[in-house]
Parts: sequence; structure tokens; C-alpha cells
Amino acid sequence: MIPAAFDYARPSSLDEALRLLHDREGEAKVLAGGYSLIPLLRYRLAQPGLLVDIGNLDDLAYVREAGGQLQIGARTTHHQLEQSDLVQRSGLWSDAAGGIGDPQVRNWGTLGGSVAHADPSSDWPAVLLASRASVVVRDLKRERVIPAREFFLDTFVTAIEPTEILTEIRVPLPPPGTGGAYAKTERKAGDFATAAAAVQVTVDAGGAITAAGVALSAVSETPFVVVAAEAALLGAHASPELESSVRRAAAEGCNPTRDGHGPVDYKRAMAGEMAVRALRRALARAGA
Amino acid sequence: MTSTMHVAVTVNGRRHQAEVEPRRLLVHLLREDFGLTGTHVGCDSSTCGACTILVDGRSAKSCTMLAVQADGREITTIEGMEQGTTLHPLQQAFTDQHGLQCGFCTPGMIMQASWLLGENADPSDDQIRHGIAGNLCRCTGYVNIVKAIDQAAGELRAQAVAPLAAETA
Ligand SMILES: Cc1cc2nc3c(=O)[nH]c(=O)nc-3n(C[C@H](O)[C@H](O)[C@H](O)COP(=O)(O)OP(=O)(O)OC[C@H]3O[C@@H](n4cnc5c(N)ncnc54)[C@H](O)[C@@H]3O)c2cc1C
Ligand code: FES
Ligand code: FES
Repeated sequence: MIPAAFDYARPSSLDEALRLLHDREGEAKVLAGGYSLIPLLRYRLAQPGLLVDIGNLDDLAYVREAGGQLQIGARTTHHQLEQSDLVQRSGLWSDAAGGIGDPQVRNWGTLGGSVAHADPSSDWPAVLLASRASVVVRDLKRERVIPAREFFLDTFVTAIEPTEILTEIRVPLPPPGTGGAYAKTERKAGDFATAAAAVQVTVDAGGAITAAGVALSAVSETPFVVVAAEAALLGAHASPELESSVRRAAAEGCNPTRDGHGPVDYKRAMAGEMAVRALRRALARAGA
Repeated sequence: MTSTMHVAVTVNGRRHQAEVEPRRLLVHLLREDFGLTGTHVGCDSSTCGACTILVDGRSAKSCTMLAVQADGREITTIEGMEQGTTLHPLQQAFTDQHGLQCGFCTPGMIMQASWLLGENADPSDDQIRHGIAGNLCRCTGYVNIVKAIDQAAGELRAQAVAPLAAETA
């Protein structure tokens, strides 16, 4: 289909982009990779008055380490993340990067676009939750740093205001003894998840888990933290009983709906299975 | 609101210009304004890959990009693959290996494969399959497409070595 008509601007600075969002508040929308927004425009599910294309803001595409954090510019593509040595150090982040959509999607789709869009079936939000990342947004006047765990409010709804642009994602660099993994099941290559789990654990010299992050994608209104699974992991050692607790917490904690990906019971079972697979791989990577 | 914008792009080495509405999709600019109908439209959901082209060397689904986003960029379409009157090694390999039946997916497959071989000159069968995960074919069952890309990869590697060998000889 053909999108409804809109105005278009490709500003050359972040300030200019923020000015446009401010002047046309409520009708302006940011355009990043376009791999979520352009399909919505074609279906006319989105009909903005103005698109502010941030495609020229190359200074928003970077991956760097600073101040004990991994800092990633909002316009960094999935493919750039897949290729980044700094990202490769995190099993959780590198697992997720290579599994998003197909190569064309990864060539153009961005981390910031994915996080701002907050599709409940997308992959990055659960990764941010499990690694306790934060989201940096700014408008003309100020910058805000929002913990990921306070950012995803509802289906396609986040804490970003219409006059704000997401500029950076910050991930705390984990201590030694940390491992993470992302496990995803999909109907076919290149598809969104049927169920997916992000897990990050830190293990001490005696094998006890001292920090844990567990989040699920595609099986609720929003990506969410499995609080009961994190509680079960803290202080525990790897064991079949621990796996059962995590499986149960994930299956019972989600709220899937029946759709083309499968019925509710199947999705609950897959949520549990993905959580256990991610946990096993995360523990192995942590050296447990 | 329906005011038009000027777009200038280089397509297959030639400069093209047009006045377009911002909502015009890049694939329609190529097919309808420039008459380059080798780039196909197979779906309405950004999933089939039939419209795949290269934009500044990066493979893209041209149904998922606005014409105005491409302003100032370099584009390669299937029409730009032939080298004079000689088929590109990928085109030759798709012919040799029966990598197509109806041919609808073929332009997108070849453009995606050309990006893949630029990233990885010697991909395994598995890497080829993952590399074309965004391109659907309803006819072939993919086996001959994978063989064709593998043949072209070998040919392109040989071409890359040949000039060097000639120099050192
Ligand atoms: C065939 C296909 C398969 C896919 N499979 C997957 C998958 O398996 N997993 C997955 O996670 N995703 C998948 N996606 C989605 C893809 O990853 C998108 O690229 C991504 O969700 C959005 O990023 P974008 O840069 O393309 O954003 P856009 O489409 O440009 O924008 C999306 C939304 O975010 C807003 N936005 C973008 N950037 C900013 C910013 N910096 N600040 C504020 N707002 C902003 C826009 O206004 C818009 O509302 C798939 C897409 C397709 C077409
Ligand atoms: S026409 Fe199907 S992906 Fe573009
Ligand atoms: S040859 Fe017919 S769709 Fe691929």
C-alpha cells in the first residue's frame, strides 16, 4: 500500500532534529532505519504529519567503553552491533544481535529504533532488562537517563516523550564471573520470536550466583523481568532443581495470547524452555 | 502537504533526478520514474526480499525505504550487474545451476548474494542460507540457489586472484 502524505526533513544536527520535534509536537515522528515505521506507514497504521529522518546524524552511531559502561549510540545498526568486538564480549548481546530479522533488517534497523518502538516481540528490550541497561533521551532543554526496568510501559508504549530523541543505551560492564545468553524460538529464519529469553548471571568462586537478570520477549504485553526467576537464582548453585524453578517462574509469569505463532499453553512451555536454555548457556559462559 | 521534493541519486553509475512526494517508496522511484523494472515487489510486509538492492553498498529492501531517504546516495540494481555484454558471475551461476524457475525472486536473490559475497568471499552453505534468510523463493526450494551462490563465490575469488597472478608472473 501507499503511505498517507507527510512532510519530510533530514536535519544535520541533533539540535535541529529536536527543534523540529518541538515545533511540530504531536504530529512529528523520528525516522531511523525505517524497518518498523515504514511498514506501519504503508499499512496507514501510522500517519504522522512530519518525519524527522535522523539518517544523517552519524555521531549517534558508535559503540564505546567509558566510565564502567558500554555506551551505544541510538543509530547503531543491528549489523554494526553484530560486528563490534566490544559487543562480542557479552554473550547475551552478541547472541541477540545476530538473530534479529534477516540481513537486510540488520543492515538498516537500529538499536534506538527497536527500543523506542518497544514491539513486545522484539529482541533488544529483554536484553536491556536482563543486563540492567539504561536509556538516555533528550529534548531541547534536558537529558534524562531512564533505567530500562522503568522504560517499557505497555505494548508499543515507553517513557519517551514525543519531543524527545533516544540518543544512547548504557550497559553496566559486568564483573568477572559473569555470563549471559539469549535464546529465541521462531517459526522460520528471519521471523520475530515465538518466545525468547535473556539471562545474565554472575557466579562467585564457590559457584554461588551473586547477581541475576532474567527477562522474556514475545509472551506478554511488554517485554518483562521474571522477578521470581531472579529471586530463585540469587544465592543458588546450578542444579536441575534450580532449572525447574526458573522454568516454572517463566512459564507462570508470562501472559501470552493465541496467534499465528501458536496457542497459549505452547507459548508458556516455550517461555520456560527458552529461559532454561539461556540459563544453561549463561552459567557455562560464567564459568560455573 | 503534498508538496514534492527533489531527489538526486546515482543508479548503476548514472545520475538520475526526480521530483517526488516524500511518501514515494524507493522501489516505485526505480520502477516507475526510472523504468528500472528489474527490481520486483513481492509483498506488502517487508518480508520477501524481491525488492532488494544495494544502497551505498548495503543491501536494502527498496520497499522499506523512502525515495527521499536515498537522496545523494549510490544505488545498484540488477540492471547494473552485467559487465558490458558479459553476465556477472552471479547471473551466470544462477543460469548454470538452475537457481531460478519463475525468476520473480531472482533479482533480489542476486543483489542480496552480491552483498553477502562482499562481506564474506568464501561462505559455507550454512552462511549462504543465513545470508539469504530475508529472500523468499516459492519455486526452487533454495538448494540450487545455494549452489549458484557457491559457484559465483568461487568464480569471484578466482577473478580476484587472477590479476595478482598475472602481475607476479
Ligand atoms: C521482516 C522483518 C523482520 C524483523 N524481525 C525482527 C526480529 O526478529 N527482532 C526484532 O527485534 N526486530 C525485528 N524487526 C524490526 C527491526 O529490528 C526494526 O528495525 C526495529 O524494530 C526498529 O528500528 P528502526 O531503526 O528500523 O526504527 P524505525 O522503523 O525508523 O522507527 C521505529 C519507531 O521508533 C521511533 N524511533 C526510532 N529511532 C528513534 C530515536 N532515536 N528516538 C526516538 N524515537 C525513535 C520511530 O519514531 C518509530 O516510532 C523486523 C523487521 C522486519 C521488517
Ligand atoms: S517487496 Fe517484499 S520485501 Fe520488499
Ligand atoms: S524462482 Fe520463482 S520465486 Fe524464486
